[in-house]
This record gives sequence, C-alpha cells and structure tokens, in this order.
Amino acid sequence: MDFLEKHELYACLQCGKCTGGCPVSLRAPLNIRSLMREVLMGGSPEVALDCPGLWDCTTCAICTLRCPRGLKPSEVIVGLRAELVEGGRVPKTIIDALEGTFKHGNPWGRARQKRIEWKGDTAVKTLSDEGEAEWLYFIGCAPSYDPRLQRIPRILCRILETAGIDFGSLGTKESCCGNEIRRMGETGLFEELREENTKNFNASGVKAILTTSPHCFNTFSTEYDLDGFKVLHYTQLLADLIKEGEITFSKEVNKKVVYHDPCFLGKQHEIFDPPREILKAIPGLELLEFDRCRERSLCCEGGGGRMWAEGAGEGERNSEVRVKDAHAMGAEIIATACPFCLLTLEDGAKTTGLEEEMPIREILELVAEAMGFDDV
Amino acid sequence: MSKKHKVGVFICHCGKNIGGYINIAQLVEMVKTIPDVVISTDQKYMCSDQGQAEIKKALQEGLIDRVVVASCSPTMHEKTFRKCVSEEDFNPYLYQQVDIRENCSWVTKDIQEATYKAYELIKAGVSRVKTLEPLWSTEYPVTPTTLVIGGGIAGIIAATDILEAGFKVVLVEREDQLGGWARRIGKGFPHLTPIKDFLKEKIEVLQSHSGLKTYLSSEVVGLEGFPGNFKATIKQADDTTVEEEIGSIIVATGFKPFDARRKPEFAYGESTQVITTVEMEELLEKGELSTNGQPKEVAFIQCVGSRDKSIGNEYCSRTCCMVVAKQALLLKELIPDARVSVFYMDVRAFGKGYEEFFEKAQRSGVIYIRGNPSEVYKSGDKMLIRYEDTLLGRPQELAADLVVLSVGMEPAEGAAELINTLRATADKDGFFLEAHPKLGPLDTFSDGLFIAGCCQGPKDLPDTVAQAHGAAARATVYFHQDKVIKEPVVATIDADVCSGCGLCESICSFDALHLDEKKKRMTVQEAVCKGCGACAATCPSGAISLKHFRPSQVLAWVEGFLS
Repeated sequence: MDFLEKHELYACLQCGKCTGGCPVSLRAPLNIRSLMREVLMGGSPEVALDCPGLWDCTTCAICTLRCPRGLKPSEVIVGLRAELVEGGRVPKTIIDALEGTFKHGNPWGRARQKRIEWKGDTAVKTLSDEGEAEWLYFIGCAPSYDPRLQRIPRILCRILETAGIDFGSLGTKESCCGNEIRRMGETGLFEELREENTKNFNASGVKAILTTSPHCFNTFSTEYDLDGFKVLHYTQLLADLIKEGEITFSKEVNKKVVYHDPCFLGKQHEIFDPPREILKAIPGLELLEFDRCRERSLCCEGGGGRMWAEGAGEGERNSEVRVKDAHAMGAEIIATACPFCLLTLEDGAKTTGLEEEMPIREILELVAEAMGFDDV
Repeated sequence: MSKKHKVGVFICHCGKNIGGYINIAQLVEMVKTIPDVVISTDQKYMCSDQGQAEIKKALQEGLIDRVVVASCSPTMHEKTFRKCVSEEDFNPYLYQQVDIRENCSWVTKDIQEATYKAYELIKAGVSRVKTLEPLWSTEYPVTPTTLVIGGGIAGIIAATDILEAGFKVVLVEREDQLGGWARRIGKGFPHLTPIKDFLKEKIEVLQSHSGLKTYLSSEVVGLEGFPGNFKATIKQADDTTVEEEIGSIIVATGFKPFDARRKPEFAYGESTQVITTVEMEELLEKGELSTNGQPKEVAFIQCVGSRDKSIGNEYCSRTCCMVVAKQALLLKELIPDARVSVFYMDVRAFGKGYEEFFEKAQRSGVIYIRGNPSEVYKSGDKMLIRYEDTLLGRPQELAADLVVLSVGMEPAEGAAELINTLRATADKDGFFLEAHPKLGPLDTFSDGLFIAGCCQGPKDLPDTVAQAHGAAARATVYFHQDKVIKEPVVATIDADVCSGCGLCESICSFDALHLDEKKKRMTVQEAVCKGCGACAATCPSGAISLKHFRPSQVLAWVEGFLS
C-alpha cells in the first residue's frame, strides 16, 4: 500500500477543519490540509518533505479527532517525518534524542544506571528481582531524569504507600515508552522499545500498569499489544482512591487553581474528570476553568517530539497564551497532570515574566501539600 | 416422478447482456438433451410481447406442462412471466425462472465457461420445475382505514389525500397539537412565503373531513394482523390504551435536530452567543434580533451534525444549506450593517429555485467562507472562531457576536422503538429503511406499511409533501381493490408429525405460528406468514414445510446440478 492509500488521502474533503483547529497553524509554517493536497497531487510524500513546519506538529491529534471523513492528518505528519528519518534529513536535536534512546533508553541520552536517581531514599521494590507486586509503576523518562520533575514520582510512591497499594517499578530496566519516538518518525526504534518493555512487563508478573505521563499511558493503551494488562494514568487511580476514602487530606490549600488538560490525557482519551475530581477534593482549593478546557484545551506544544525540536513557529507560544489567560482570570496556580505540559508551561511563565505570580504545579504536588508531605 | 412432464425452456439474450457473453445457439442445443425438455428456444428479449407470445403459443398448443425461462434474476421478471402464463389459465407456480444473467453472464469472463454454467443452471431449474405443484392465492377483505403516525406536514398531507379519496384515517400525534416542525418555521425558502399560513390552511382542510379520528398526545405502541386487517394499539395521554382496526399504515414521524452539545468544540450550551439554526428561526420570527441594531458580526457554521464521521453521521442533511442562506439573507435585511458570514464545505443548492436563492443571499452581502471551522471559544465579549479559509489557504480567527450552528437532522426521538413495534427496518443511521432506494422509496419491507417525510431521511418541504402524496396513494391501493391478495408461498404443518413444541413460534419474526391448545399442534396464520422458511428450518421433527420450497422440490434442484 503506498503512502496515499495508507493515509486515505483520496478521501480528503479539503474542508480545512484540520488546519483550522491546529494549535500551531497560526504561528508556524504548517498547513496540514494543503500538505495533504500536495502529496495527493504530487503522488508521493517527497513533495512535502521540504515543508519547514513538519517539526512544529505536536501530534495533539485535534485534526484526527475532528476530521469529518475519519482521516488521520497527524499520522500523515508522522509518516512524512518517517520519510525524513529514513533519508537522514532530520534536525540535530532530533538525531540526538533518537540516538540517546537507542543507546541509553531515554531521549536525553542519560546513563541507564542513573534512571533510578529520582528515588532518593524512597523505597520502591524492583520487579521482579525484589519480589512481586500488584501494580507496576512506569516512571517515564522525563520524571526519572529531569531535576524539576523527579519529586513527582517520589510523591506518587508516598501516596500509593499511604493508600496501601502494592506496587513496584522496573528500576534501571525501564526504557523509554517510545510514544515520542514513534511521533518523531522512528518507527523501527519504537518497535524495539515496545518489544523490550512488553517483555519486561510480562516478566514482572503484574497485571496492572500505572504511568506518571499521559504520553506513556497513551502508547501503552493504544499502540502496545498489552492484552490482559490494565493500564491507568495515575489520575484515574488517585481519583478512585480518594472516592474510596483511601486517601485523606490534613491540610488546606487555599488557592485558586486552574487546570490545564494535557492533550494525551484529555482530548485523546477523554480523561477529563479524574484530574478535576482530585483537585476538587483538596480542602480549601478553588478550581477554576479555562474557557478553552476539556475538548477545546489549548495544546502546550510539548508533544510529538517538540521537547527536542524548537520548530519554525514565530510569535507568542501557546504556553505563554495559557499563562496569560490564567493570570487574567485570577488564578494563583496552573495545575496539570503531564510532565511535558509542566515544563512547557513553566517556560511560558518565565518568558512572560509571570514566573512569580503564576506557579505551575503537577496535581501530585498539590496533593502532597494537602496530605502534609513536606519532605518529599 | 411417475408422470412424465413436458418442459418448455425459453432462453433470453437480454440483448448483449446475456447474448454477448454466452453462446446461445450452442446452449439451445445443449438444453435439448436434458430429459423431458420438449421445447428449447431463444429470443432477443423474452420479456417483450414477442417473447411472451411464444410461451403462450406453446401453452395454447398443449405442447408443454411446465415452463422455464432462463433470463435475468427472478426479482426482475418472475412476476412478469407468472402473469404471462396465468393469462393462458396456466398455474403460475408451475413456472420456474433461471437466472443466467446476474448469476452467470455478468460475472463469467470466458464464453465457454459461461455457456456451460448456464446449461447447468437450466438443468437444475428443469429438475426442480418438474416437482412443482399448483398453488392458489387467497383473497382477504380490507378495512379501508389508514393509520397515519405523526401529525406534521407529511402526516397532514397524506391524511387529507386519503380522506378526500373517500377512505378513513386514524391520525396519531405525540404532541398536543398538529403541525410538527412546520409550526416552528417562519418563512420558507426559496420564495420566503410564510409557512404558518400554509400549514393553518392545510390543518383546516384536514379537520373538515368527517372520516378523521385524531389522537393527540398519543403514541402507537402495538401492531398485529396483516395487510388490510391490522389492529393497532394506541396509548393516550392518560396512559389508557385503545385499539383501532386499520388496513394500512403511513409513518410520518419526522426528525429531531442534531444536539449541538455533541460537538463540544463549538461551545454550544456554554455561551449564549452560540445558538442553533432552530433557535435562530425563532429569533427571526419574533424579530428580537434587531431591537438595538445587534448583533453586528454573525457567523453561521454549516454541517454541524451532518457529513461528520467523528460523531457517526456521514449523511448530508439536505436542508441546512438553504436554511442558512435564508436566515443569513433575512438577517442582512434586518440589520443591514451587520457582517454575516457562512462557513461551508460545499453549498448544496439542488432544489428548484435553490441555486438562484443562494446567489441572492450572496448578492445581499453574505460572505461565504470555504472552510469547516474547528473550534469556538470566548475572547472578551466576542466568540472567536478558529478556521482555515481553504480558498486562500490561510488559517484564521473570526471574532463574532453571534455564532449560529447549522444543525442537521437525526431520527426522531423514539424512532428505534417505533421501528421495532411496527416490525419495520432501520437504515444504518436509524431512519426508517425504504424497500428500494429508487424503485420503492415509500414502501417498506413490511407489506401495508408506508413511509413519508423525514422519518425516512432528511428532506425539505417540497420533497416531504411529494412523498406524503405518494404514500397516500400507495396506502390506499388495497382499498380501491377492496381486497388483499395473499401469495400462496407459506408454511404448512403436517399435524401428524408436529409435537407442538413451539420452537417455530419463537423463531417466527411475524407472529404467524401459534399453538392450537385443543389439538396440541402448531397452526399457521397464512395471511400473516411471509414464507421466509425460518420455521421449516427450525422444526426438529420436519413437520413444517414451505409451499413451493418443500424438501423434495429443493432437493430436486440440487440433484439437477449434480446429475
């Protein structure tokens, strides 16, 4: 099947809904609608490979979710990137991320033995070397290595322990989930990662997997073949534990908090309510909503490999728009449930000069505060 | 076979359809070798007068006592040839059609292979025709009353026609008054005539007839019987039920507008600045929009809930393009300095005078923007529409005071339940399925049940009214004949073998089989039986057989192939 058939380009109505809703189309030289037309009329993906905006796509998938003909424009971008990767026509930063993942199992190219650095003195058993468990907690690359994010898995471990959940991790055997790798066009490497992780999941003896990141959650639940495994994003489990009374709060968080829906959790999986249920359960916390929330949430521009590619976009970033909107509505904190969103929104707070006024927090950080975990 | 039969085989060329792909001359000779075939001949078109005359001549001369025509599919011309032989006082059930077109010439490339295949098919048909027995149709009396379900414009028109033809109508409407969606329409396109006046007049004419019995705030909850002799159960507002005897049924239950909340990206229900075309119709009618010269920037979004796989509605709702053209034009007249835009994918102005009306709307200053917007969100006191002008290739935002979502049509509330009650069939979108998209648009697969208007699929007023007139004519055909004729291909039970186990009753989709409590044997209500054969296949003791398809007749067919 050739590229045109594989991506159903003959069925495109050229209605423009994809480009119209694209979160980067107003600031980047990327028009997916016309790109698909170019490929169709040119008869091959070659004609679109020079498009300077190909690395701007965040794979938020709004184009795919809303296409009236059921086409997958975001997958056309991934397909075009695959052609670029094949021909070695890729930005240096992307090559580094791919090589780092190939060699060390993470796109930052950090050493594998440092993957458990986040733990500090948190006790987490390694599966299955140090026994068995009900849940496998998949930490993810960013929370494992990024100093800003490392306390997030520590907090979650503490919460799980408090709630009496039996869990463990893969320790240094954990490798990148591949969600971003596939979206950077490196299908071969993605397949290797999938095979390796699946092998480790099977060997761990668990039947349930919990993730920090919506990106890992997405690929495990839609792009892996994990029949028989339950895969949850931590917000789903946490919301249930709160409902069941397994988690209680001892302190108030007297803040106005606006929640930012991550694309890979909200739009793509319709997990809109669990994060809000957690925030609403926190004593003293007042939950605000962006006008662009839930299905209309504005993408932070952190997905689809954008953590490793600046893109050709100009002007105000979406993260800056988000921070300003939050500030204008009187929010004191932006909360989110995704490591990438957290980092990009923090960048937005810095570049808009609102770093002090507008702190960005993982939901888990607010939960920790309300549970009185001062030392995590 | 004790008696020796004389079979006539008539082979059709169907012009080049069969003649171009099968060696007919060779086939005629091959057929002559089949045992008991006394005539094997061919014609350019067997269905022509000349072709039929040849069959009649052979019957008149007493040369044959069984007839086989090898031509198209029986769904095409079986009726034609049955009628042809009947005209010679020959029992039509001693006729067998063999399909050598759809089943053979159209689908077989090699001429030799096709010729041999046709020969085999005919050989099987000859084997079967010799086992057939004469059967006679039954006539039943008719209750000349039509049940019309739905008191919207389609129901009103159909009911009026039937009453004017001198028959009776039982009209059941779910709401507490007649009129349906037509009550909510202001001016109609393309002539901008007030629909309410037209509707009022139609209702007055309807209600002037003495043969009309109307049930308001009521629903049809049950149906039994057979064409010409149905009994309908009607549930009234006070939850009591009444039964009405009727001869035919017209369903005219209309549609419901798409619920725009199912497209959350358009912010309907979250902002008062986002409304639907249904609400816009009311605003225009009441004239409330112009009180303070507002709004100044209005944008219509087409195809909300239509032509959209993401919410499961692939179809075009057919009316929205013109509804929007009309509303945009009226808005422009009401607030001349307002900027009115219409976002569209294609403009479908297919009806008489529609294209002209669309041009008129454009010339009035309405801006048509080709692009399917993706999202609507608040920005200050405006609603921002995110879209791409696909003709300019430019992603943009438009700040509107008012966004109007052009909602499509979906099956009416309760359509699925009614389809079930009436034993009708739903199409893939949940509308009533017509018997044939081109040749049976007002019929259903249930005899005596007809459909009109939007219950069958989205359509505008002219199409709805035309269908209503047509359905009225279809629903009264039996009434003019004063009888219904029931074909004799029905199930029959061998009472000596039947054990009265009731398995057949549970499999029958038409409620045609019942236990005779006294005799402890099953009985067939022949008028209701559709001859589908499900009972015969289910019966564990082989007590049931389907007339015209008895085991011996089917086996002879198979043996014909294998011999």
